[in-house]
Amino acid sequence: MKTAPEILQVLQDKFPGKIIKSDMSVIDPFAVVDAGALLEMCVFLKDDPGLAFDSLMCLSGVDYKGLKGEAERIEVVYHLFSMKHRHAFVLKVQLPRENPSLATVETVWAIANWHEREAYDMFGIRFEGHSDLRRILCPDDWEGYPLRKDYEQPETYRGMPARAAKQFVEMANEGLEVGTNPFKAG
Amino acid sequence: MQVEAYEGEDMILNMGPQHPSTHGVLRLELKTDGEIVQRIVPHIGYLHRCFEKHAENVDYPGVIPYADRMDYIASMNNSLGYALAVEKLMGIQVNERVKTIRVIVAELNRIASHLLSIGTYAMDIGAYTPFLHCFREREKILDLFEWTCGARLLYNYNWVGGLSHDLPDGFVEKARQFLKEFEPVIVEENNLLSFNKIFIERTANVGVLSKEMALSYNVTGPNLRGSGVQWDLRKDIPYCGYETYTFEVPVGLGKFGSLGSCWDRYYVRVREMEESVKLIRQALDRLPEGDVQEHVPKRVKPPKGEVFGRSETPRGELGYYIISDGGTNPFRVKVKSPCFTALSVLPEISKGQMVADIIAVIGSIDIVMGELDR
Repeated sequence: MKTAPEILQVLQDKFPGKIIKSDMSVIDPFAVVDAGALLEMCVFLKDDPGLAFDSLMCLSGVDYKGLKGEAERIEVVYHLFSMKHRHAFVLKVQLPRENPSLATVETVWAIANWHEREAYDMFGIRFEGHSDLRRILCPDDWEGYPLRKDYEQPETYRGMPARAAKQFVEMANEGLEVGTNPFKAG
Repeated sequence: MQVEAYEGEDMILNMGPQHPSTHGVLRLELKTDGEIVQRIVPHIGYLHRCFEKHAENVDYPGVIPYADRMDYIASMNNSLGYALAVEKLMGIQVNERVKTIRVIVAELNRIASHLLSIGTYAMDIGAYTPFLHCFREREKILDLFEWTCGARLLYNYNWVGGLSHDLPDGFVEKARQFLKEFEPVIVEENNLLSFNKIFIERTANVGVLSKEMALSYNVTGPNLRGSGVQWDLRKDIPYCGYETYTFEVPVGLGKFGSLGSCWDRYYVRVREMEESVKLIRQALDRLPEGDVQEHVPKRVKPPKGEVFGRSETPRGELGYYIISDGGTNPFRVKVKSPCFTALSVLPEISKGQMVADIIAVIGSIDIVMGELDR
């Protein structure tokens, strides 16, 4: 078992200059790495016998927009875990919000295939070299990327209303009668 | 999938989205050569409600009912994972009574979930009676939950920092009574189903999942343990005080044919119910006094930061990646669903199987579409 600073040290020795930023004081210590070196780094993290990150616990996209003090960007977060050594580490890659693209890691961990499809579906992140980059949760002809902060829900989808019906609270605020009122006179 | 890829004798068969054996709205596109399945393409998303977007628009406690509605078979475990993650982010330590009650309800719900899984699996294979036995027992657990928090399926019981209600008076006796009645049922089901020759013929050597493949696809929970990997978060990275209980982690042994077959996965669930009974007994014995809302914060407002919390649900490791911007609503909630990873391995393990065996494989990985599609 290695602690997060030790893992970071190993990475810094192996990939000098590829680690842009790191924070070891938070709950889940992470390192922000260069997008170009990600695939190589993942292969190393998995194959190195001292690290042996055999499972990709989670792959998430995050849209940093409208957050005070944070640059606008798309982040892809890899939560790694080693069942062999029982240590964890977090890799982050920062991408521009316009046309984000990144190398796929599906050859390293097979589960990345579906996780990357989900990130593509929800954030529009293109994973270069992915074997089957299609939408996974939304229909194939859905427009826009729902989890982007500036996403606007379409009015209709194939002629069907795509927005939720008005909430009772909204109706009441607009002065409309909500439901039946047994105490109403008449 | 490209239509042009098909030629000659190949046949395309659509299984679902409305199919009694798919446990929800799942569509499988099968490319078959006669009875042999050559390729499967799962199409998911029919139950997609974009939980993660909803979570950004409500406050932290408001996410819990949505979390309940993901895996509606095991809501207690879903909301427990979320509550644990937020507590980790805020640095809340709950008292012993809350921890113990959480173990009780989580394990009761694990039994209920496994009963449903086993019952419907038997029905998929063609045995109707075990289904009725399982649902009879599951009903008793739902009654206990209804008595505790008023709801039978979607509880909103695990709050951040505590619980919505304390256990009602007399719960301990009623729970003990249930366990006493339930234990013989496991033996009965084993005689009736688990070691039934027809059932074994249908499930052993079908849908074999190797250890390496399970790790690469990050398959967790009973599916991983069915492949012989002894890994359970309750044992290996304990939470809720699981380290203080005595229980075993059952793994598949390949008793009837290959290790990691449908039968192994099925039998791990049966054994897990026995272990859950042990856990609940110990928790009932030690149930300490205390106020279950002692540490519930007036306003849930975690500091700026992020956390990845995971817990062992009946279907595997459920992970919550929560980013806080210091406000009252989460900035981002990402759910790592165990069913999602379990289904992604389906195309691999069902290659070269018969069409009828696909039913056995889907049932054995025990997916709930509500959680898969979120």
